[in-house]
This record gives sequence, C-alpha cells and structure tokens, in this order.
Amino acid sequence: MTEKIIHVALLLILPPLLFGVIGKTKAWFAGRVGPPLLQPYYDLIKLARKSMVFSRTTTWVFRAGPVVTLSAALIAGLMVPLGALDSPIAFTGDLILFAYLFGLARFFTTSAALDTGSPFEGMGSAREVTFACLTEPALFLALLVLAKASGSLMLTDLLHGPAEGFSSGMVAPLVLVGIGLFIVLLAETCRIPVDDPNTHLELTMIHEVMVLDHSGPLFGVILYASSIKMFVLGSVLLHVAFPFKTGEVWIDVSLFVLEILFLSILIGTIESVMARLQMRHVPYLLIAATLFCSFGFLLLVR
Amino acid sequence: MTIDSSSLASLSNSRSIALDKVPLLALGDFQKTILGSVKAGRRVSALFGAPAADEGNTPLYAVLADDEENKLYVLRTIVSGERFPSLTPDCPQVHLFEREIAEQFGLVPEGHPWLKPVRYRHSWTNLDAWNRPPGEPILPAVGDFYKVDGDEVHEVAVGPVHAGVIEPGHFRFQCNGEKVFHLEIALGYQHRGVEEAMIGGPTSRSIHFAETLAGDTTIAHCTAYCQILEALAHCQKPPRAQVLRAISLELERLANHVGDLGALANDVGYLPTASYCGRIRGDFLNMTALLCGSRFGRGMVRPGGVAFDADEKLVEELLKRLGDAERDTFGAVNLLWETPSVMARFEGIGILPHEVAIELGIVGPAARASGVARDVRQDQPSGLFRFAHIPMSTCDAGDVLSRAFIRRLEIQHSIEFIREQLHQIPSGPVKAPVTPLAPKSLAVALSEGWRGEVCHVALTDERGRFSRYKVVDPSFHNWTALAYVLRGQEISDFPLCNKSFNLSYCGHDL
Repeated sequence: MTEKIIHVALLLILPPLLFGVIGKTKAWFAGRVGPPLLQPYYDLIKLARKSMVFSRTTTWVFRAGPVVTLSAALIAGLMVPLGALDSPIAFTGDLILFAYLFGLARFFTTSAALDTGSPFEGMGSAREVTFACLTEPALFLALLVLAKASGSLMLTDLLHGPAEGFSSGMVAPLVLVGIGLFIVLLAETCRIPVDDPNTHLELTMIHEVMVLDHSGPLFGVILYASSIKMFVLGSVLLHVAFPFKTGEVWIDVSLFVLEILFLSILIGTIESVMARLQMRHVPYLLIAATLFCSFGFLLLVR
Repeated sequence: MTIDSSSLASLSNSRSIALDKVPLLALGDFQKTILGSVKAGRRVSALFGAPAADEGNTPLYAVLADDEENKLYVLRTIVSGERFPSLTPDCPQVHLFEREIAEQFGLVPEGHPWLKPVRYRHSWTNLDAWNRPPGEPILPAVGDFYKVDGDEVHEVAVGPVHAGVIEPGHFRFQCNGEKVFHLEIALGYQHRGVEEAMIGGPTSRSIHFAETLAGDTTIAHCTAYCQILEALAHCQKPPRAQVLRAISLELERLANHVGDLGALANDVGYLPTASYCGRIRGDFLNMTALLCGSRFGRGMVRPGGVAFDADEKLVEELLKRLGDAERDTFGAVNLLWETPSVMARFEGIGILPHEVAIELGIVGPAARASGVARDVRQDQPSGLFRFAHIPMSTCDAGDVLSRAFIRRLEIQHSIEFIREQLHQIPSGPVKAPVTPLAPKSLAVALSEGWRGEVCHVALTDERGRFSRYKVVDPSFHNWTALAYVLRGQEISDFPLCNKSFNLSYCGHDL
C-alpha cells in the first residue's frame, strides 16, 4: 500500500520539476541564472487562476483535447513501474494499452488543434502525426525486445526484467534499445533536435503550435500532461539504462528520483549543445530509432 | 546599347548639382537611358516622382549608380497625363519604385505585372492609380494576393501581429504541405509619412525624422541626411568629425551584425551563441552610448559634423571595451562554425542566385553573400571612406550560411577599422557651421548602413527649402529577395531565411 501511495505521489508531484531542471541546465550553459527550479509549478498555479478564451469556431473537441491528454498520461503513469516500485495497475498485455494511450492522447490533441481551423495548427497536426508514425514502431519494437527477454507481456515484469539479471547476451540488445528509447523520448516530448519547446516561431513548431489557442487552466493541463509524459517515458528508459535496485524501498525511490533528474540534465545538455534538425531531416532520426530497436530485436532472436 | 553620356549628369556621392544642370529627357529617352544603364551594369538607386509645378505634368527623377566608375548619374523627365509605360517587365529592379510612384502620384505604370499599393496610403495628388474614392480609408494588406489553386494547396497567413516583439508585416504563403510555392509580403503598417514631413524643411524636426527612419540604422540614415545638408550648403566638415562618424557607423554595424548572428542561432535552437550574442550586442551598443549618450546613436551625427567629441580617456576606454568585445564575439560566433548541427541548418537554405541578386537590385550584405561586390564604402565613398578603406567581403553561395559568414567577416573588418581609426583621430573641431542651402538644386547622399545602401535625395525650391525628399532604405530593395528565396523552400525554414536578411519594416514603410 505504501508503495502505491509513493507511486501516485511521485507521478503527481515530480513531473514539472523535470522541466525546471532542464530550464536550469540550459540557463547554466547560456551563462544565465535562469528561472527558479520550481518555476513550472508557479506557472501551473498562475495558469490555473486565469480565465479561458475560446474561439467561436471551436467545439467540445477543443476542450476535450487537454483533458483526454492528461487522463491518458496519468493512466499510462499508473501502468509503468517507477524504479523498483511495481505499477499499481498491471495485467497481461497492458503494454498494448500503454502504447495506445499515447495514441489516444495524440488523436485528441491533433483533433483539438484542427478544431480551431487555424492553418498553423493544421500544419502542426500534420507534422505531429507524421512523426508519430515513425516513433510508434520504435516504441513497440523496444517493448517487444523487453517482452522477449523477460518472457512476460506485463509492463511491470517486463520493465523489471533487466534488474532481475540477464545473461551477458542481453547487454547488446539492451544498449541498442536504450538508444532507440532515448530518441523516442526526445521526439515524443518535443525536445531538441526534433522540436524546440522554447521557440516563438509558429512556422517551425510541431507540438507547441497545436496548443496555441488554448489558454488559462486548459493550457496548464496541457503543460502538466506533457511533463507527465516525459516523466513516464523517462521512467521506461531508466529501466533499460539503469537497471539496478537495492531492495530497500526508500533507497530505491531516492535512487529513482536522482536518476530521472539526471536524465533531465542530460536532455537539457543536449538542448544546449546542438541545433535542432531541419524539419525534413527529422524522419531520418526517427527511422534511426526504429532501426536501433529492430537491431536489438534481431540480436535477441538470432 | 550605348548610352549617350550627354543625357546624364554625373556627380559623386554627397555632392549637389543645380537642378537646371540635370538633363531633362523625353519620357521615352529617360526610360531607354535607365534600361541601357542597367544593361551596362549600373543599378537604380532611386526612381521617384516629385510634386508637379503645374497639374498633370509630374516630374520623375532617377539616380543611377555606377559601381565600377564610382559615379552617380541623375536624370529626369516629365510625365504628362495619368499613365506611363512600365519599365518593370524589362528591368525588374524598378518594380517597387513604380508601385511607389503609382501610389504617391496616382500615375499608372502600364504593363506593370503586379501593380499593388506599397504602403496602402492615399496619393499626394488628386489622381489615384486604382480609382479609389478619396474619402475612404485604405487598410494595409487588404486587397488581392497572388493565389495558387489546387486541392492540395493551402494558404498560410502570418502577421501583422507576430509572436515575437517585432514590427508588423503580413506574409502570405501558398504551400503544398511543407513546401512553399510562393510568398507575398504586404507592408505599410509602419508608415509615418516621413517623406511628406520633410517637405518645406530643413526645420528643427527634420533631423529627428531622419534619425528615426529605421531605429537600428540611426547613424547611417542620419549621416545621409547630414551629407545632403552639407552638400547643399557646400560645407566642408572637419576631419575629426568624419572619423567619429565613421567609427559610430561601424559600431552600429557591429551591434546589429552580432545581434543577427545571435538571432540566427536562436532560430535553429542553438542556445550558447544566441545568449552570448544578445549580451555582446549590448556591449557594442553601450560603446555607442559612451560616445554620445544614446545606445542607438541618437544625437551623435549632426549637420556639419558630430555633436559629441571623444577625449583621450574616452578613446582609451573604447579601445579597451573593443578588445574585450572582440574576444567575446569571436568566442561566441565561432561556436556556430564549430557545431555541425548548426552548419547543417544554414547550408543550402534560402539561396539567392547571383544573377537574381543583380536583377532585383539587391544591396548590402545580402548582395555580397550572393557574390555581388556592392558596398557604398568602396564604390561611392564619402567622408572618411575616401581615405580609409574597409576590405569588402563577398561570398558565392547566396544561402543563409553565406549571409551569416559575410556578417562574421564584416565584424572582423569593422573592429580592425575602428581600432585603427581610434589610434589616429585627427585633432581639431568636430563641427563646422552649415550655411543656408543652395536653391533649386539636387543632392544625393549614400551611406552603407549595416543592411546596405541608404540613399537620400533632396530637391530644393527657390528659397532653399526641400521641395522633395526621397529616402530609399536598403529594405526597400531587399524585401523582394526574401520573397524570392522562399520559393521551393520548406515553410519551417522561413524564420531562418527571414532572420538572415533581417529587414526593416519601418525603413520600408517610411
């Protein structure tokens, strides 16, 4: 029971901090002080207190977008084990639901964007679904490798697989899958080199442009949901990248928090030292992620 | 075609000429001369109408620049009636000048392929080229736009309100997916009526109009304005003033070029250079502030010289700051060239071919990046640039990378130039008295702003007052180049292309 409470608490409270850490890292590289670590929380509180503006052309789909996205992200968060903690919701085959919860969220985000009728948002939706077509296979192949290695179709068992100990033959596939998952994480959470979350240039945006018309609490929900998405995908990656556990709950939880914050620093570092890709080169990177995961699979089944 | 040189009056930059010495040609000969000159490698620096002495007969003036021979040519004609044959089909670089004449004087250039207003204003005369009723307000960017038809073609409209804190302008893209077929730019939101306000001048306000023509080009515009007055008053400015003017002009170039490189980095999401250049731009602006108290050089250049002298202590401080800023600038800017992901974004994007740059009459770093060796400081030197030369930088590729590279080279040259000049400022006064202006004369002043050629032309009446004051900002020439380079580009690369030109809205709108 305690573990479940910790799991839910981590899932609800920790995600915005990742954005705070990324922001601090980028500020450090730029030689600035940067916003406070807790700025994302302040932003959420600020947005929650604002009123909303709705375009007359929009329908219920526009309002449902952020709500569905947040719900999907939260449910996905309950299905993924955080560090050594088992996930509160687990059943055989839950990895399919897990992957398609993101699909559902995407469907509603893009529909809400199209609902505004703005050419920018249409452009963003087109880009989002195009790139999603390329990240989805990578995610599936990665889960497939883990399922094959652990012999389970339940996310908790499958992701805890690496920590239970593998034969040395598993190392190479896991490294490849780790790289693939990291690219998926960057693409799905709209970070450089795929997207630039800080740009103000509508014509270059992918994800941000789809939520331009959302305001106030609904926009806060979008920000919160995207931080949860990063948190969830980050947790998946950590199972592959740092498959260690001590067995002591509190140490494992602290270890997990440190790991995920380190991951944020890594993402912030990547954003600071490279430019984003030209839009037409993004698919190459995503296909590379798929290739990494499929080579991992090949190595495993050969 | 050979040009009958008797049909042209030649003068050099910042010189005046009596109006009756400017050859008055028949309209046909006037146009033939322009066409022939452009074919022979000259370019049109200005082409404009002037208020008619008697109704129905509108005078047109042209200023042609010969960069090979370092000469300017002026000629004029009179258009009787309401229309004249357009030169644009044979000489694309006059397209916007003809639209401007149509807008300001209501004369229709017949055969102009895309005759739209430039700034969406009422004409200065009773005529209107589009037969719009006189009382009705004219709204910017309202009207026809070039349209591509087809099921898969979509239109994207950006602006006039933008996401960043920038000037207003309307951009309309015809796209197929991510690919841009055509971009049309509609400006005019920033029109303040500077040319109209200058008529009857110089008054005490005139210099402030000139200084604020384009805020980031204060020194270049103000220098051109002062050179007009000095040319018309036959005033010899003291050498010390000329050096200080050149130094402040180069400081203005440095601040803007550094800022642009930072902005280019920002647009591709490359953080370090973006942040550092933003700060270093401030360092250069502060050096200008050290000279005259204004970061943008307001109040520095004044008719007859400059308003602020630099004593030894100040020169020393400037040299020290210049050294620091130089080290920081190259530390930040070289990162761009050392980062492959940045180079991949700049290379091959937004290519302006050499021939197109010549045909469209592009000026400044944008022209030099396409291999067109055009620089007023070398070709039409005035002031200090007659004695001290800055090497001209050119590049061949014409892409975003070339435009960035030209800026980097010019930063280097300008810093060296300023350092050299600071070491040898001649002594003496910094200002000479300016006498009343010569009546019935024409003066042309060019200066190389950081965006390119700034051209001012003034005509005086019999009392020595401006009867027409024409301003051509480099942006007036170069906006067309931005629209051109977007053809066939990805729409997501528009901000990058835009930033690589970084044109002025208010400089265009006047």
